Amino acid sequence: MPLLSYQKALNRALNDAMAADDTVFVLGEDVRVAASNVTVGLAKRFGPDRVLDTPLSEQGFTSFATGAAIAGMRPVIEFQIPALLFLSFEQITNHAHKFSLMTGGQCSVPVTYVVPGSGSRTGWAGQHSDHPYSLFAHIGVKTVVPATPTDAYGLLRSAIDDADPVVVFAPAAALGVREDVDFASLEPVPLGSGRVHRHGTDVTVVAVGHLVHDAIAVADDLADTVSVEVFDPRTLYPFDWDGLTESVRRTGRLVVIDDANRTCGMAGEVIATMSERVRLAAPPVRVTRPDGAVLPFSLELDRATQPSRAQLAAAVSITVKER
Amino acid sequence: MTVSTADSRSLYRTVRLIRRFEERAIELVRTGDIVGGIHPYIGQEAVAAGVCAALAPDDLITSTHRGHGHVLAKGADPARMLAELTGRVTGLNKGRGGSMHAADFGIGILGANAIVGAAGAIATGAAWARRHLGKPVVAANFFGDGAVNEGMLLEAFNLAALWRVPVVFVCENNGYATTMRVDDAVAGTITGRAAAFGIPASVVDGQDAEAVLAEASKAVARARAGGGPSFLECRTQRFDAHHTFEHKVRMRYRTDEELVAIRSRDPLDIQGARLAGADRHGIDEEVESLLDKAVAFALDSPFPDPLTAMDHLYASGMTARPGSDF
Repeated sequence: MPLLSYQKALNRALNDAMAADDTVFVLGEDVRVAASNVTVGLAKRFGPDRVLDTPLSEQGFTSFATGAAIAGMRPVIEFQIPALLFLSFEQITNHAHKFSLMTGGQCSVPVTYVVPGSGSRTGWAGQHSDHPYSLFAHIGVKTVVPATPTDAYGLLRSAIDDADPVVVFAPAAALGVREDVDFASLEPVPLGSGRVHRHGTDVTVVAVGHLVHDAIAVADDLADTVSVEVFDPRTLYPFDWDGLTESVRRTGRLVVIDDANRTCGMAGEVIATMSERVRLAAPPVRVTRPDGAVLPFSLELDRATQPSRAQLAAAVSITVKER
Repeated sequence: MTVSTADSRSLYRTVRLIRRFEERAIELVRTGDIVGGIHPYIGQEAVAAGVCAALAPDDLITSTHRGHGHVLAKGADPARMLAELTGRVTGLNKGRGGSMHAADFGIGILGANAIVGAAGAIATGAAWARRHLGKPVVAANFFGDGAVNEGMLLEAFNLAALWRVPVVFVCENNGYATTMRVDDAVAGTITGRAAAFGIPASVVDGQDAEAVLAEASKAVARARAGGGPSFLECRTQRFDAHHTFEHKVRMRYRTDEELVAIRSRDPLDIQGARLAGADRHGIDEEVESLLDKAVAFALDSPFPDPLTAMDHLYASGMTARPGSDF
């Protein structure tokens, strides 16, 4: 079967969505020449009216998309770097997200915000390396973090088809992941459905985004001593709480690895919800970025700030020792 | 431009409707039927009346926190509007929006928006989309003098001008952003901001509904003909409070003498003087009767069921986790 890269999967999803629905259009900075590679070929295939290069006006074009959406279009915004979500946070959370309820259901705002290259891009320092997905989950904006090319394709298709705003984080550390795929089998993946990548019986590791691949590697390393189940939520909001509950009920133990700051992060929410639902056999553990982390530039510092395989292995070992 | 007798009557009726609607609404704030208060539009009615008279039924508007006038002038049912203000399930937004978020998408009212300057890009995007879909319309974006210092509004001017989007930017300069005088807030000029983007801008007497209609009609015609956005600075006066909380807590930012001057040019009198006395009286009675029925409709309508508080949160129909299991 042919190899599909994560980045190419996003491109394929955009191509297929635009071919399937004339109201889908892409806008963002440098999208015609495809500076991020995700929008390659779209301008040539669909024309400049459906691939809009915007000025550097993130607030302006984010609400422009909201206006286009309430008037019948399905905009897809590409934000080249995650920090642009801070600039447009007001436009997404205070307008796009609130319009359905505030108008009593008179409108929908089907906008997709794609961030190809979230988290550390290695060497891009403090203002280009954040992973602010928990902010959107907290507000209640649908939030997707695919780990694999197949899921990147399927979740982006579902995000574009969805009637509500959806933020799609494509972690920089996952963009190079390749997968043997039968292209004909690619299909939308419903929002809110998790996926067990590796079955196990001793502990459930919840891993977000690119960390799914690290969790699988750690599970393989520990396979002789611990049976690790790797749960990939795929969508952080809505979260597949029932799927995770089923897993944690079986294993009785929980570790979460989440490449975001600790306080009010997704890891905390996962642990809180499982603590409400399941009597755990041992205290749960989370591996995250530090509280208030700002990613430092120097490579060793950049790496030291992010959750590591060694930390995850240690967390798993501690959790299973509590028998 | 000559204004027909029918237009003069229609403009007067809109101004009168907004004025009396607001006075009734203020009474309902005092009686506690409207909670949270309102931002009265009294004094500025000619702007909404004139601009909306220049629009076609399919055209779009976005409004502001001080938005009752725009919504009524675009044709919203005063009864359902009052029901919204009193939080009833029969309201325009089913009681989910209130005074600052009234919307009626069926007649092109894309919502009042309570974040100053935020709707400019929304109106621009909506008008662009309708043109893209082959159903071109004009969007009027109302905002106040305070909004001209919001960066996101300036970004919207740029996008609208670049892409020749059929938008009319309507600045209602009532002299104050809450308590801050426009002269203390705006460096340069208000129309200068539009001129910087190559957007034709004019200053209009915002107390005269016919003057507003004349200038708005030119802007709408330009937009419809593919000429792109225009900008109107409507010089107007806010007769009442920034918000009805001022009725209880007096904030001293306008002197008594200044208030007399502010109220000296009343859009109701200016437009009313153009009608025969009997004609004016007839319209006043019709409006009063309409509002009597509107108030009764609102106050007789049921409140929404608390169990439906998160209805419509997601257009997809997704439901949110409850805040408590008990």
